[in-house]
Amino acid sequence: MSTPLVVTASPHLKDRDSTPRIMWHVVLSLLPVIAVAGFSFGISALLVIAATTIGALVTERGFGRGDTLGDGSAVITGILLGLCLPAGLPLWMAVLGGIFGVGFGKLVFGGLGQNVFNPALIGRAFLQAAFPVAITTWPAAGQSFWTLRGDTFAFPFTSAQTDALTEATPLGLHKFEGTLTPLRELILGTTGGSLGETAALVILAGGAYLAWRGYLNWRIPVSVLLSTALLATVMHTVDPTHPDAWFMLFSGGLMLGAVYMATDMVTSPVTNTGRWIFGAGIGVLVVVIRLWGGLPEGVMYAILLMNALVPFINRMTQPRVFGTRRRVPG
Amino acid sequence: MWFTSGFAHGVHPPESKELTAQLPIRRMAYPKEIVLPLRQHAGKPATLCVKVGDRVERGDKVGEADGYISVPIHSSAAGKVVDVDWWPHPDGTMAMAVRILVDPYAPQIPRPRMVPHWEGLSVDEVVQAVQDAGVVGLGGAGFPTHVKLAPPKDFPIHTLIINGAECEPYLTSDHRTMAEYPKRVHFGIRVMMQTLGVSKAVIGVERNKPDAIEALTRTIPTDLDITILPLTVKYPQGAEKMLIHAVTGHEVASGKLPVSAGVVVQNVGSAAAIAEVFETGLPLIERIVTVTGHGLTRPANLIVPVGTKLRDLLDQCGGLTADAAQVIAGGPMMGLAQANLDAPITKGTTGIVVLARQETRTERVYPCIHCGRCLDACPVFLNPSLLGDLARVGRYDEMTDAHLSDCMLCGSCSYVCPSNIPLSQLFQVSKAGLRRAQASAP
Repeated sequence: MSTPLVVTASPHLKDRDSTPRIMWHVVLSLLPVIAVAGFSFGISALLVIAATTIGALVTERGFGRGDTLGDGSAVITGILLGLCLPAGLPLWMAVLGGIFGVGFGKLVFGGLGQNVFNPALIGRAFLQAAFPVAITTWPAAGQSFWTLRGDTFAFPFTSAQTDALTEATPLGLHKFEGTLTPLRELILGTTGGSLGETAALVILAGGAYLAWRGYLNWRIPVSVLLSTALLATVMHTVDPTHPDAWFMLFSGGLMLGAVYMATDMVTSPVTNTGRWIFGAGIGVLVVVIRLWGGLPEGVMYAILLMNALVPFINRMTQPRVFGTRRRVPG
Repeated sequence: MWFTSGFAHGVHPPESKELTAQLPIRRMAYPKEIVLPLRQHAGKPATLCVKVGDRVERGDKVGEADGYISVPIHSSAAGKVVDVDWWPHPDGTMAMAVRILVDPYAPQIPRPRMVPHWEGLSVDEVVQAVQDAGVVGLGGAGFPTHVKLAPPKDFPIHTLIINGAECEPYLTSDHRTMAEYPKRVHFGIRVMMQTLGVSKAVIGVERNKPDAIEALTRTIPTDLDITILPLTVKYPQGAEKMLIHAVTGHEVASGKLPVSAGVVVQNVGSAAAIAEVFETGLPLIERIVTVTGHGLTRPANLIVPVGTKLRDLLDQCGGLTADAAQVIAGGPMMGLAQANLDAPITKGTTGIVVLARQETRTERVYPCIHCGRCLDACPVFLNPSLLGDLARVGRYDEMTDAHLSDCMLCGSCSYVCPSNIPLSQLFQVSKAGLRRAQASAP
């Protein structure tokens, strides 16, 4: 025997899936969404996504635990954060959001796998608190590709000079002016909104691909969308001035949130029962915030609130041990 | 016929059984030397009963059973005892072993011995005969078979379950046994049914072995109630508790033995071994071993004398290929990687699997991303993710609360973990740590 024998503990076989493989497939499935964002909002959209991703990557490299860029999770955070921002956002804010999302949303907890909240949404929550005006200035869709949608290159910490064409989002229109955007426009994405708000069908397709590969648990998006639709229908029946289920499903960031944010493995429950509960909770909160909250959109807070409940949900839904009647104490 | 049974969860590793599934069982040539560890079974090791220089015939005892949960060890070849010393054991430790230089000119015919006419024997005499023949569970764990033939009187047994699932990838020794020696299997079952006093037996076979199912079905003795149950192809279908669940629909209570569910489970190879005892009088001195893997030149199903060194066995199969990297005793999911090819085949060695370089796992470990795949894989519904977190910080008492004792180290969680966390290994270490803590407790 010339070559030395490899001695490892059993099992000696391993499924081919790996954490980086899952992460990079998520990135892959997001590429069409980015393309649609670019189509709707032009070069500004791509610049914003690039800025958040660079912010996320630099932070991961600079403050992470060694060489963790390869696992792909920081790229996902960057892209997802970019997709829930308006196209006209000054780039320095976008970079700051990426830095904050990865730094305070993930690294302070100990890096990949340790964070409680979705890092992209932490970044978004930070930007919403810090720059409430810039983050709710929605450029109108349908301008030429090379048109900058806002004060994209504003010097950091100066007030933005906005003279771009803007447009309220369908949810904002409904909340503050009481007008409903037709479903056809919502589905086609010819409305104002965040980068990823206007690509519902592409997002669903990406989610279906990931679910088919087993890189996304289908129970969460199904549960989110079902509970949103159900509660919206009930509310619409009780009071017809509330929007119906279709409007609820296809407006705002619900699709992006349900398919890509709520399904983040790190910040969602590990049990299937837990996943149903988690998704249902998000759906209920989305409808409640949208109908009665101060903001037109509630997906971000709905997911963050349910993220906080994940340890509790896990604890309550542990599997029953084989040959016993009891659950493992979580 | 195509109704199948299974269990929830589990994994589907590539089977790789096609390498040997259709190769008939052959007898390997005698090696120059055999090494017989005195510990080849669960329970107490056998006590030495030969000395250096002794001449032994094939089938002679070299070690006596030490108590009830123990079996004797017999020489698998005629020859001369040349040494009694510590020797590498396939479980990775050293064990006291008898080295026998095989006599190349001996006809290898066992001493004439009385073949016990089992029908006239009492239960105790059958149990004694099985113990004297050194028969142990051939599925890997090596629990003495005779002990399971005499369960405590306060547990009424209603069914004998024969484990022909063979869910480990690569292995085909049970498959070939069932396909080629179905009558021998049925005869072993007959002896066991009579000894246990049960009227019903079920042979569980995974559906990926249609020829075995066909052969067994065709040869069922008309006077016995034996059912062949095709099982879902899934790992670990052959785990005792999974098999019992598939056959009876009941879960064996946590921490309890199968007898508490009214069943006794025996391996299909053990049934054949018992048949051989009462057909020929020969003790368990050879067994069927699948020698296979993508790192081996000529895979085969071989009748191997117990005590054959891995080196000699691999040589008979054309040796290792250039990209061979890992030699495993047992299946690739629960078997043990070998560091020393001088270790011998023991009674519990179901197969030798040689993995090629690209099959071995030496990947980087990533943090747990809480994907929950291990929870969906665990056949006993534990939370390996949680147990893994606890194991890494040594919180063994909390692991006990989380039912670590129900973990059977099947490796399904490690297999699916995308972050390559060696969960199964962590649990093995934790179990050992717990045992140490309990041993040192006042």
